Amino acid sequence: MTMPMNLAIVLAPSHFTAAVLFALFTSVVFAITQRSGVQQQVRYGLYCFGLFVGGVFVAGWLMLLLRR
Amino acid sequence: MANTSVNTTQASQPLSAITVVAPAVAWLIPGAGHLMQKRWIRGLLLMASIGTMFILGLLMEGHVYAPNGGDILEILGFVGDVGAGGLYIISRAMDWGQPAIAHATADYGTKYIIVAGLLNLISVADAYHIAIGKKQ
Repeated sequence: MTMPMNLAIVLAPSHFTAAVLFALFTSVVFAITQRSGVQQQVRYGLYCFGLFVGGVFVAGWLMLLLRR
Repeated sequence: MANTSVNTTQASQPLSAITVVAPAVAWLIPGAGHLMQKRWIRGLLLMASIGTMFILGLLMEGHVYAPNGGDILEILGFVGDVGAGGLYIISRAMDWGQPAIAHATADYGTKYIIVAGLLNLISVADAYHIAIGKKQ
């Protein structure tokens, strides 16, 4: 953490942490808004989160392979 | 056939106050549209998710787009940001957010802010669907 220009703290998460947090919050909203029952919402939320995080790993490996 | 008659009945119902107020409140305060319709857990989760995402975006030194008529990406950035409603208004009033994207984390922050706004627009639509009885 460093001193900011106009806010008290500045966050500098890693790319992976930022992507996982993004996946978490987005999956919660998708689950609540796209499904009705609680069980369906939980399942859909986990499904979305898995796809997001899985996509991060796939993209990461693709970028590594493309770099070589 | 039965579904058709139900939809026709719903469509012919006059607009009540809640169908206008709920989406407006949901835009202004993320999750509040659900809370005022007594969807407590959903409302709190939406509020926490969208609010945290927006604040994390600011803390990552993300850029908050001002109203503009220039580059198409700038316009779309503003459209995404303004979806956050009250959070956007407060951040503009307090002059939060960085004028330029200086590093990779700030780029993440900018995207966090835009996506928080877009997610809030989805929650606004969901609050409206609950208000008209299309969703429980």
